[in-house]
Amino acid sequence: MTHEQHTSQAPLDTDAVIDRITRFVAEETRTTPDSDQDLFTTGLANSMFAMQLVVFLEQTYDVTVAGPDLQLSNFRTIKSMAALVDRLRAQSATGTDV
Amino acid sequence: MDEPLIAIVGAGVMGTGISTLVVGHGLPVVLVDIDRGVLDRATTAIQHGLRHAQLTGALPPGTAPGRLRTTLHLQDAAEAAVVIEAVTEAPDRKAEVLAAVSALVGPATPLVSNTSGIPIDEMAAWVKDPGTLIGTHFMNPAYLIPMVEVIRGPRTTDRTVQQVLSTLTRIGRRPVVVRDAPGFVTSRLLHPMINDAARIVSEGTATAEDVDTLMQGCLGHPTGPLRTADLIGIDNLVDALEELHARTGDERCRPSELLLEKVRRGELGRKSGRGFYSYSEAQS
Repeated sequence: MTHEQHTSQAPLDTDAVIDRITRFVAEETRTTPDSDQDLFTTGLANSMFAMQLVVFLEQTYDVTVAGPDLQLSNFRTIKSMAALVDRLRAQSATGTDV
Repeated sequence: MDEPLIAIVGAGVMGTGISTLVVGHGLPVVLVDIDRGVLDRATTAIQHGLRHAQLTGALPPGTAPGRLRTTLHLQDAAEAAVVIEAVTEAPDRKAEVLAAVSALVGPATPLVSNTSGIPIDEMAAWVKDPGTLIGTHFMNPAYLIPMVEVIRGPRTTDRTVQQVLSTLTRIGRRPVVVRDAPGFVTSRLLHPMINDAARIVSEGTATAEDVDTLMQGCLGHPTGPLRTADLIGIDNLVDALEELHARTGDERCRPSELLLEKVRRGELGRKSGRGFYSYSEAQS
């Protein structure tokens, strides 16, 4: 488990996170969105795809999205998803599991 | 206050989705199936579905989920206030389960057969009291789609209709009651359209993506007919088309060769990872 703890504490480069999420969205939708484009109002994402984004972030970044974080506004743009990943990893690093 | 227990029989895609919907609205569910593995997978899928529903704002905020119990014993449905049968779309199987359930439950307990198109009255002779039998046609995923088609059979009593409407309202659904007929309203319209969409693809008129894009962009369909086929499950769709064809004689309901071929290849849609589209693991 020490290895996992180590990786979950390692800081991530936000640009790299944005790139990785952009690649995933591009693979799934065959469209490369801007990082601050609203994926839902522009029709790229729908309610089914939203949950795929949750699972993708959880599996890729070893985080759990739960409670009040589990809301669409966190997944509207690639930037907002990167910010969520950043915050969840910071929380798990300091052990404040809110 | 004790919330009424809802029994759901059959833990496939629909039984799982309906269970998610019901527990998500705070009511207890007993989910019955003949296969422990299926029940275990359903339990996982229900947890996933509850998160999905929360994510999209489809659940009432601040409601603690109802208790979910899974069981291999149909007798555990005996105390239910309402029983929802959601087994495979085959009239014989449904009738058999409904007959067994009707022998267990209290008098006047509504028996709901969830079906995309089998006429309710075909199954009414099997149950102890045909007045208690009613149909629903939940869409998939049941916990995201707020509207439900309700089918009143010729023998369904007013009391049964009222009880089921009140349960559906309690779980946040908007019911629309229609009369009994093959395919009711939604499947009678949707299934031949999907079948035609598959024919259009196999004739080379357009790709699956272009068919869906046109139906979305020009005609306001939310996902397109072929993405809908993948969501329904192409095997289930073929079964439903065959049932419709047998009852209506409408040639548009005879399953197209492309749909049959996809079933033979195991390309059943989202649930198998591939149908008209490919789905990665993260999507299922």
